[in-house]
Amino acid sequence: MSNIPDDFHYTSTHEWIRVDDNGVATVGISAHAQEALGDIVFVELPEPGTEIEARGEVAVVESVKAASDIYSPVGGEITEVNEALIDNPQLVNTAPYDDGWIYRMTVNDEKDLDELLNAEAYAEHCADE
Amino acid sequence: MGIRTCLFDRHAAAGGKIVDFSGWDMPLHYGSQIEEHNQVRNAAGVFDVSHMTVTDVAGDDAENWLRYLLANDVARLEAPGKALYSLLLNHDGGVVDDLIVYRTGAGFRLVTNCATRRKVLIWLAQNSHGFMVQVEERPNLAVMAVHGPDSIALACEALPADSIESVRQLGNFGSFEHGGWLVARTGYTGEKGLEVILPAEQAGAFWDALLAAGVKPAGLGARDTLRLEAGMNLYGQDMDEKTSPFSANLGWTVNLRDEERDFIGREAVLQHRQQQREGELPVLAGLVLEARGVLRNGQQVLTDKGEGIITSGSFSPTLKQSIALARIPWGSGSCQVELRGTMAPLKIVTPGFVRFGKRIFDCGNHP
Repeated sequence: MSNIPDDFHYTSTHEWIRVDDNGVATVGISAHAQEALGDIVFVELPEPGTEIEARGEVAVVESVKAASDIYSPVGGEITEVNEALIDNPQLVNTAPYDDGWIYRMTVNDEKDLDELLNAEAYAEHCADE
Repeated sequence: MGIRTCLFDRHAAAGGKIVDFSGWDMPLHYGSQIEEHNQVRNAAGVFDVSHMTVTDVAGDDAENWLRYLLANDVARLEAPGKALYSLLLNHDGGVVDDLIVYRTGAGFRLVTNCATRRKVLIWLAQNSHGFMVQVEERPNLAVMAVHGPDSIALACEALPADSIESVRQLGNFGSFEHGGWLVARTGYTGEKGLEVILPAEQAGAFWDALLAAGVKPAGLGARDTLRLEAGMNLYGQDMDEKTSPFSANLGWTVNLRDEERDFIGREAVLQHRQQQREGELPVLAGLVLEARGVLRNGQQVLTDKGEGIITSGSFSPTLKQSIALARIPWGSGSCQVELRGTMAPLKIVTPGFVRFGKRIFDCGNHP
């Protein structure tokens, strides 16, 4: 089983979100997702300043195998994108929870986070797939 | 559980991601497809391709039969140790399969695809009436492809010591037999290398010796991006029974030099050739995407002469941009594709993007 950090929230579509103490959230895709996609060759990043709804399409990750849409786990405003992914998209493969993050955002409604899966529920979801 | 090659346990032990390939459990990659691809372009990799179908042909009429069955002419193989690439055509001039045929001491050996196994064996049997031939499938042989700039030097450390001199003397498409082994300078990557066909019970030890010499295992994923960069067709994807060789960039494999030679599909492909000269038959072209993004199989493209379709599209790890093979109208001068709502221009090139580790296409070069 892939590694699933305890203190993150997850979606059934394999995004993760981590909210820091300052209220800024970071979003990426799970180790399970990058493994299923295979080598990632392009990441299409959103524009900082964009308002995004919960479950809205926000980015695209393209691997040798397929293109995969990334859906924002919660609603809010994009504040920063991981520009290192432009030249080095394989960071998503090598460090999905760390240097392979995709974007940062403000969270409009913290209650949206309660709708997401915790690590245990996400692990079960992956096992069922 | 699918069919397994004699090397399955080694693939699993090496961390291979096993996928179903036409009923076979085969390694897609062993961690990173791109690393394996680069390994073959820069050093040496080994592929287990034992799922491919090996068939031996012997008998008094072996040569005449294959001259009737194959679109390329095995009469060009004057002696054992020569090989050529050929298509197997149906009577409409469509492609039943593509193969490599080796002339051996005992006759000929065909290596055909895995997915077409049943169909091809039936086709061979159906078309052998009236010929004195023995056709024998060889399921107990393993097939390994060792490719890359260092492949031959490293393979020499793993091959039987008394075969090394013969390996060094091999030219492209040359082969020799040694005990129950057939060693050939053939392949599907655009790099130099060897294909080794050997008894399954000896395959594990040879695999281990190759790895000990520094060759790295490479999976079917890397094999696909390597062959696409080399501009080589994949049967079932870039061509099938409805495709003319002239629409598959394979007109050069249809040997019409001997006008007396009557091979299956001859009448039909002569018509195809004429249609193409009149601009009525599409061509298989290479496409290069300059923008970010990845071309995918089945995507529609639009040229100045009409619509076309991508038959193989992927990311080229060597060129770090997307490339494709596409069937487009003859004489197309410009081409574009819809990518996420916008039209992106594509360069049309002669199929063949990378050879011996280097970019080979010239963007001004139209088919």
